[in-house]
Amino acid sequence: MRDGGGSAALLLLADGRLPAGSYAHSGGLEPAVASGRVVDMAGLERFLIGRAETAGLIVAAFAAAACACAARDDITAMAGLETELDARIPSAELRKVSRDLGRQLRRAMGAVHPHPHYAALGAAPHHPVVLGVVAAALGLDPRDAALAILHENNAGAAAAAAKVMRVDPFDVHAIIARMAGRLDQLAGIAANAAAGPAADLPSPGSPLADIAAEHHRRSDVRLFAS
Amino acid sequence: MFVSSLPEPAAANRMVARAALASERSADGRTSRIRTLRSDGPLVLRPSNPKGAEPLTHRRHDVARISLAAGTAGPLGGDDYALDIHVGAGSTLVLQEVAAMLVLPGATGGRSRMSIDIRIERDATFVWWPEPIIAAGRCDHCHNVRIAMDPAARLVLREETILGRHGEAPGAFASRLRITRAGAALYDQRLSFGPASTGWNGAAVLGNAKAVGSVVAVDPGWGDAPPSAAPFDRDAALTPLAGPGIAIGAVAADSLTLRRLLIRGLNELGSPWAI
Repeated sequence: MRDGGGSAALLLLADGRLPAGSYAHSGGLEPAVASGRVVDMAGLERFLIGRAETAGLIVAAFAAAACACAARDDITAMAGLETELDARIPSAELRKVSRDLGRQLRRAMGAVHPHPHYAALGAAPHHPVVLGVVAAALGLDPRDAALAILHENNAGAAAAAAKVMRVDPFDVHAIIARMAGRLDQLAGIAANAAAGPAADLPSPGSPLADIAAEHHRRSDVRLFAS
Repeated sequence: MFVSSLPEPAAANRMVARAALASERSADGRTSRIRTLRSDGPLVLRPSNPKGAEPLTHRRHDVARISLAAGTAGPLGGDDYALDIHVGAGSTLVLQEVAAMLVLPGATGGRSRMSIDIRIERDATFVWWPEPIIAAGRCDHCHNVRIAMDPAARLVLREETILGRHGEAPGAFASRLRITRAGAALYDQRLSFGPASTGWNGAAVLGNAKAVGSVVAVDPGWGDAPPSAAPFDRDAALTPLAGPGIAIGAVAADSLTLRRLLIRGLNELGSPWAI
């Protein structure tokens, strides 16, 4: 447990109300519903668990790794993380979404909590890399960074359920509550992985999310950007 | 009284195999030839006859072709297979398989492992066109493929994984395919399903699919502008990688549908890739 410091900063970073653009994304839920692959609450829960265990674990590990590097002022390591993360996202559309969210988070945090590291991240850094660097600037540790992005991703996709499905919001939050222990565990795995080489960071694929993202970009009617 | 048989050590139930394959450009530079061909136990490497203009190599004639056949059932739980492949500079190697690989539990349990290490040198082409891997019920298998490419090398590979035999829930399966160019990661994807994993049956990963697969093609000729994305079926999409490569990903209810989707994806690329 943390000894009193940093908790408020972690809540700030993980709060969906942080004006960094993530509200415009459903984390792939909208295309999954549109294609008929998620039709009920059980399907929503399986979707969220699968997403947390794959794309969620990847972004958590990269956020943790970026946080660890930033904490020791090793900004040159970010380019290597960017390459490794690109290799873990076969969908060009999802790579673009990640870079869009990264740019928006950097812009928001540049105003909210400036730090010289932000400018060194290149033109369009990936979202987890920016989040990790921001977490370090806020005095948070790699596990915090992992937990923040896992929670933000999961709660964001769950919140989108209310817009794209007929759901009871209490049921949706019950899923989030059931997943709390899982997210803690994944954050621990991510933080451990971040201590090792970038090439060995987790890389679990999510084939349906990749396929759905490419369809979604071409969809005429959509509420969310992804 | 006599002892009819000594108790077998646990190791007798595991099969360890180390096979190797290497190709090189012939001395006169006119064709590709096999330099190393070392089969081992279950991994049987057989040279096969050229079939004329080879699809997937942009219809070249000067290729070396090898078929991988299974010498025994397996891998079974506890088995440890490794295959080392070296595609020498300027050579073209086509590796196919005779039959699907059925991954089964072993008599005494334990995890089976297969690791495949591939190096592709400058101006070399490797076409790897295996048959599906079938993860049978109660299997426990770890499949690890690493491909290190020269920036001036080409690659086309297919991977198909079937979740259990007909009507059967799959055992524990975990795989990884990692491709690097000049040491930098281009593609790194793991897949795990079965009782040891969670979330894989959700709509972000595999849903209720029984088959999943991909085709990955890397061609330096594409430079920084690989073919653009094409979601050509509800269950499949072709996407450009962050480099001179593409991935075709598909899920399906069965292996035949998967195979057809992957071929359709390849044909989306048009000539000279279409087959």
